[in-house]
Amino acid sequence: MTHQLPELPYGKEALEPHISAKTLEFHYGKHHKTYVDKLNGLIPGTEFEDATLEEIVTKAEGGIFNNGAQVWNHTFFWESLSPNGGGKPEGELLEAIEKKFGSFEKFKEAFAKAATTLFGSGWAWLVLNQEGELDIVKESNAGNPLRSGKKPLLTCDVWEHAYYLDYQNRRPDYVDSFWKLVDWKKVATRMQP
Amino acid sequence: MKRLKNFTLIAVIALVGFVACQPAVQENETNDNEKKERVTMKDLKGPHALGDLPYSHDALEPYIDKQTMEIHHGKHHQAYVNNLNNAIEGTDLADKNLEEIFKNMSQHPTAVRNNGGGHWNHTLFWEIMGPNGEGKPSGDLLQAIENRFTSFESFKEEFEKAALTRFGSGWAWLIVDDNGELQVTSTPNQDNPLMDVADMEGMPILGIDVWEHAYYLKYQNKRPEYVANFWNVINWDAVANNYEKVRK
Repeated sequence: MTHQLPELPYGKEALEPHISAKTLEFHYGKHHKTYVDKLNGLIPGTEFEDATLEEIVTKAEGGIFNNGAQVWNHTFFWESLSPNGGGKPEGELLEAIEKKFGSFEKFKEAFAKAATTLFGSGWAWLVLNQEGELDIVKESNAGNPLRSGKKPLLTCDVWEHAYYLDYQNRRPDYVDSFWKLVDWKKVATRMQP
Repeated sequence: MKRLKNFTLIAVIALVGFVACQPAVQENETNDNEKKERVTMKDLKGPHALGDLPYSHDALEPYIDKQTMEIHHGKHHQAYVNNLNNAIEGTDLADKNLEEIFKNMSQHPTAVRNNGGGHWNHTLFWEIMGPNGEGKPSGDLLQAIENRFTSFESFKEEFEKAALTRFGSGWAWLIVDDNGELQVTSTPNQDNPLMDVADMEGMPILGIDVWEHAYYLKYQNKRPEYVANFWNVINWDAVANNYEKVRK
């Protein structure tokens, strides 16, 4: 099957000033699109020709995995953000965060540390682990927690292309801004079975 | 590589000179000197230092822009140096040169691998570039490239392929392996072929940084254009010099 580049859930300027329209033009319009195009170019004639994206993310290796997982990760990332995002979670999600990390602030510190210390390209994730507990994980390059049986709830892209036009070497500033965009309602829906 | 050993030696001499010239040390009684020197050296934050660029920040225009060079050298490379010094402070790695450390990289902390590699790799990178790249090697190096890769053009293709297919952050290299053969290889993140963790080991004589920070301000997602333009800024004399040093 042919994989499609999903529509961005908001306008390219919607996340300004935290993430610029120019960054989204490249990040969504070029990087994300290129992963889709490359995936579609790689799968014909392979066992993944008719596989779903989730099957590719969990089972493929090499270029098919890299491009497939990057398609999945970016779509999940765009959906994690909103121009009306920020603030803090509520209800069950907030309770689970406070139970696991002590407080929402301590969770933010731990997540930001994961995002700023991941060396090279990759992603920081909030997940539900196999025991159903919240956890923070770092994944290099196209890494995705589905591969180790975890359920992704939130992610922050820390490939340099995600922030270099806006923040250059200042990844911590980008991660600070990330909190102003997180769509906590969306994250909460991902908690549901 | 002798060049980096010399660099370390110069850094140590400079450090000793700097410490010796500290008024705080000179003004104190002898029995306080040792303590004062330790404090001063701690303030300097370790044995490794960022070298000056061998050319101005705008010297590689239009292929590599001034702003990229300022941030790449002044921020990224400086951060590797600072983090390396912090990582080795008070350990037995503090007085070892990087190439010695790389030989047993798998036994040392990740912070030393990442930041030691970052410092060494960027130092080589600045040195093998220059404003008056002549586009092609000559002499023994050209001969060796033609022997190994058939032609300079075939070598360029192989090197570009290594640079373009390195997924994520990393480097592509031209190295001299343990048999004295030229090889093209690539490493992830700030690893390099001197490290025992590398797929292919040898002495790098040419390298291209394909972390996005090396090209994103000017080329964005177009890594192929950056790699194609890299050939315009190579100082082949420096590469030939590296090659000769390995062969001796």
